[in-house]
Amino acid sequence: MDLHFGDSKPTDDERAAVDALLGPPESSWEGADRSDADLRWARGGREARDRRDLLLPGLHAINDRIGWLSEGALDYLCRRLTVPPSEAYGVATFYAMFSVKPRPATVLHVCTDLACAAAGASELCAGIEARLGLGSGVSVERSPCLGLCERAPAALAIKAGDPVRTAVSAPATVHDAVLAASAPDSAPEEPPAVMAVPQAGSDSLVLLRRVGVVDPSSLDDYRAHGGYTALRRAFELGPAGVIREVTDSGLVGRGGAAFPTGRKWQATASQPDHPHYVVCNADESEPGTFKDRVLMEGDPYALVEAMTIAAYATGAHQGYLYVRGEYPRALGRLEQALAQARARGLLGEDILGQGYAFDIEIRRGAGAYICGEETALFNSIEGYRGEPRSKPPFPVEKGLFGKPTVENNVETLVNVLPILTMGAPAYAAIGTDRSTGPKLFCVSGSVERPGIYELPFGATLGELLELAGVRERLRAVLLGGAAGGFVRPDELDIPLTFEGTREAGTTLGSGVVMAFDDTVPLPRLLLRIAEFFRDESCGQCVPCRVGTVRQEEALHRIVERTGAAAADDIALLREVGRAMRDASICGLGQTAWNAVESAIDRLGAYE
Amino acid sequence: MTVVPLGIPRRLLEFTIDGEPVRGAEGSTILDACRAAGKDIPTLCEGDTLRPKNACRVCVVEVEGSRTLVPACSRKAEPGMEVRTDTERARHSRKIVLELLASSVDLSTTPQVAGWIKEYEAKPDRFGPDAARLNEEPKVDNELYVRDYDKCILCYKCVDACGDQWQNSFAISVAGRGFDARIAVEHDAPLTDSACVYCGNCIEVCPTGALSFKSEFDMRAAGTWDESAQTETTTVCAYCGVGCNLTLHVQDNEIVKVTSPHDNPVTHGNLCIKGRFGYQHVQNRD
Repeated sequence: MDLHFGDSKPTDDERAAVDALLGPPESSWEGADRSDADLRWARGGREARDRRDLLLPGLHAINDRIGWLSEGALDYLCRRLTVPPSEAYGVATFYAMFSVKPRPATVLHVCTDLACAAAGASELCAGIEARLGLGSGVSVERSPCLGLCERAPAALAIKAGDPVRTAVSAPATVHDAVLAASAPDSAPEEPPAVMAVPQAGSDSLVLLRRVGVVDPSSLDDYRAHGGYTALRRAFELGPAGVIREVTDSGLVGRGGAAFPTGRKWQATASQPDHPHYVVCNADESEPGTFKDRVLMEGDPYALVEAMTIAAYATGAHQGYLYVRGEYPRALGRLEQALAQARARGLLGEDILGQGYAFDIEIRRGAGAYICGEETALFNSIEGYRGEPRSKPPFPVEKGLFGKPTVENNVETLVNVLPILTMGAPAYAAIGTDRSTGPKLFCVSGSVERPGIYELPFGATLGELLELAGVRERLRAVLLGGAAGGFVRPDELDIPLTFEGTREAGTTLGSGVVMAFDDTVPLPRLLLRIAEFFRDESCGQCVPCRVGTVRQEEALHRIVERTGAAAADDIALLREVGRAMRDASICGLGQTAWNAVESAIDRLGAYE
Repeated sequence: MTVVPLGIPRRLLEFTIDGEPVRGAEGSTILDACRAAGKDIPTLCEGDTLRPKNACRVCVVEVEGSRTLVPACSRKAEPGMEVRTDTERARHSRKIVLELLASSVDLSTTPQVAGWIKEYEAKPDRFGPDAARLNEEPKVDNELYVRDYDKCILCYKCVDACGDQWQNSFAISVAGRGFDARIAVEHDAPLTDSACVYCGNCIEVCPTGALSFKSEFDMRAAGTWDESAQTETTTVCAYCGVGCNLTLHVQDNEIVKVTSPHDNPVTHGNLCIKGRFGYQHVQNRD
């Protein structure tokens, strides 16, 4: 590629940040000082193009050190990776956590999404801005769900530097959030992950049994609590045997789409094209969802082991773990777990002496809900804008880097461990006929004990809410997050299974159960959902790009209206929503109207 | 002489469109089959020289068994497929897509769109006077062509033509996200500071007139642009030995625009800066 670069030069800090990731430049073609050797230096073709996937880590490296992406820094990174600057600019401007304009080194992300909004996020935001005032050196940004719903309202401070520092304040007060932003190092430590598991210690837990019991930093502790028995069992069964067990267990994807995991693995394993990849989707961004965070923070080795099993079964030797950018603690725990596993021969060339090679690379998201869509996630890893691809071809055939790929959500993967240790029949005996196994539910909002609950499929919504201590005057329950649907307080006998929620005309989605009492103004909530989708639409297809804007405008118009005064706009919402559902490329646009529609139809919002 | 590769003979697939049995070559799209069968399906982001991007979603059709509508431009035909092009559901989505575009983008120079808006009874005004629009000013930063992104439907065709599908200059990309996404060079700089080589292949593929020759832009502004008064003459570029076909668009004995036939085996519609813009010497009359 004959690339064109501007005259902007990186600062020493920017250069150092990139070099820390990529090593020093080899030639003036890559930004080093000029020398005679440059005349005999070339890097082109595949060798140059193959580094494209380092673009996102490179952008992170600069943003972590400096806090924003200058022209000089972006150009330098492009030189190093042989990426056209226009494309890198397109990628950098795609992600909400990056800025191509100067901003203070510290950014305080204050969650204004559903659970936090109901817990007073807008007052919190206003208070923080008033306290910090202008010129405080902190940029306050209103953020979509930070995945800390059990401790709403939440704020996340990120202070650029070497190293970058982060601090979470949740439940946040103006004082705590300002402290976290101004001095992240001295902010109080976050409560341990187990605090998000009200059932902790119960014998009934399968997926969460180690959370709070093991030391998440200790591989020995993990092994002492049954860790790596599933992988040993996998090696006994062989790849086909593992896939048979997973298929027989009836496990289906927990990310929301409920696709049979065994079928996905089988389809990937049988592809003649190689290499195969395993991708773990830990870009948990559905508002109200925080189960994967708790799993990754509380039991990180379980995910490493489960990914290894998935790779072994599908014939992959390289895995990618895509963690959302708003989860610094989960990221740290997983980085440590990977290093430990590598050091102990549980990742690498010869796992457990079985002659099987596998390793995992972590990739960090940068603030884009759409990257949780499986093909958008591939593009994000590959260094392109996180826009969904059109399917077919499906990932099992052409996924990451165009190769057969199995992509699973964190919770789905972690389910594989009990399937192998207890055997498929015992696992399938949990839950109902068509929804087998245990399921994690993210309960937040108007309940006494918000957190992650693990129940066998088939428990009713009422039972779950009772367990969580639902408060008086329940007005509505949101199932499945912003892409899910509302149900009424008199529908609490809905069984929490895929088929049960489908029969009731709603969805289980990713397991979000958010309770709202009658003090929460419903139209405001719906407007926030519409804002969320407008902000998070990637912009690729017209129904979603413009449709989400038109829906937000209509909901804005009727926020104070009811009855006949709202009827025209509701009709408009329905028409636009129908086209979005029918004609959008991906699940984001197809489901963006679900929650609002359910609020109109089931809750009688605007009546 | 151009050798036209015949390729491996392709199997014919049998399927139905609107109940009528049709046959299409393996690998061809639903749109190919629809066009062969004489069905008129509107398209905007589809380009005859580019891989389908299926971003505009105006070509959606119903396929039996599919949960959502499918884009005819990119979905490959499969044996036994039952395609329906004119159902209420497909028409509804097309209508909404046209309304969404027409209410946010200036479609005044988009060929055929006025007819589709009428045909599908789209009413872009229904979103009210406050409906968000792109609100972009034309970017006039060089003497050769103008980027008027108020007319841009974000079809990605210019990006694909500038990138690895044709020109490999990579001067432009989509920047930003959602409704704020725009076609831009790095740092949203003027074109003159970018990797642009002024081949104009982006203008060739632009379906809305967002990208246009400066000559066309100026004449439209002056109200003198009159396509009915133009002649199109295809000739051979005189600059080098490649022998690209040029189509000269002439109005009042002045060349106002240069294109190249998309079915030309040498150019596929693409030219370089000389063929595209270097025509002034032809009309030096002094």
